[in-house]
Amino acid sequence: MSTPLFLLRSDNVAARRIGDELMIMFARDSSLFSLNETAALLWDAADGRTPLAEIVARELCPRYDVDAATALRDATELALGLAERGILQVGERPFADAGDAA
Amino acid sequence: MSSPAPLHHLDIGIGGIQVRLRTTSPEFIALMQARFRGFTGHVDAPNHVFDVEIVPVDYAEDEALDGISTEVRVLRDGPRWRLLCGDFDATWTPGTGRGTVRLHPSPYSLDSVLRILHTVLLAGQGGMLMHASSVMLDGRAYLFTGVSESGKTTISRLAPPDAHVLTDEMSFIRLEYGAYYAYGTPFAGELATPGENLRAPLAAIHLLAKGPDNRIEPMGPAEAVRTVMANVLYFARDDALTAQVFDNAIALAAAVPVRRLTFFPDARVWDLFGTTP
Repeated sequence: MSTPLFLLRSDNVAARRIGDELMIMFARDSSLFSLNETAALLWDAADGRTPLAEIVARELCPRYDVDAATALRDATELALGLAERGILQVGERPFADAGDAA
Repeated sequence: MSSPAPLHHLDIGIGGIQVRLRTTSPEFIALMQARFRGFTGHVDAPNHVFDVEIVPVDYAEDEALDGISTEVRVLRDGPRWRLLCGDFDATWTPGTGRGTVRLHPSPYSLDSVLRILHTVLLAGQGGMLMHASSVMLDGRAYLFTGVSESGKTTISRLAPPDAHVLTDEMSFIRLEYGAYYAYGTPFAGELATPGENLRAPLAAIHLLAKGPDNRIEPMGPAEAVRTVMANVLYFARDDALTAQVFDNAIALAAAVPVRRLTFFPDARVWDLFGTTP
């Protein structure tokens, strides 16, 4: 069984929903990102305490009619990409300071 | 014992915000009067007062003013802001309205300080400076923004004779009692001439592209926010103020139509404006 992953929203970005898009702006350089629907689902669920596998089972599998293993693989890749950009933090343990993120 | 050099002052009012410069250099005051013509005039109670020290360009012992660095830094230190670049070093406390500026004797240096000052002030008030030309026609203001060479100056040049160019470079937007207004600014681009010191309700913002004909197309809400954000002038690396700028852009895009304007560069493009809502 693979190591569980936990996601936490970065606190140095501002996120705003405009119409059906979730837009993220970085404080450091005012750069702007629009998250697609799947990335926005991960952002919304990234409370620092819920394992990614649980997020996938709860949010993605029913919505996209995809098997859990495939969805988890794709979601992991997406989460790591968002972490590379600084939008999310990804860790192998629950985040200790996740109290406000839920 | 010699007496201190007399202080000269100049009041510059842009967008209803009055800034007083005080300096011992009458030459600098004369230079600034020319640069900001149409936007100067004595006021009894300026909103902000800056003591200006002119530093010679070849003053090698000044590390902050190296004359080389082009990176603008805008930093908050408690109640005080510091504005830095290779040709100016300013401190400013909005709460007291007092500040100091050390700069090279160039109108462009003070121009930069004033732009930054207004970006911070406007961010806290729901407004902004935007890379855009703005033109007032029939009592309403139209903004034209876009990338370099998209036609911001061109479309303001093509405006009909009864129109007023508020700026061909840097639009000044204020939120007043729930409505947005565009003000004229002295911040000039290719026209190299200050805008007219007038104010009008903001009717629409247009993202420009040149094309074979003239047409206006609506934008979705997210694209409208992206268009505004891409063209807001903003320097401060400050989490709270940055989020405020983002929220200001969202509020502006929700309240004022943001459209795509494709235009052929002749005067007929102005048939789309004025009496047209």
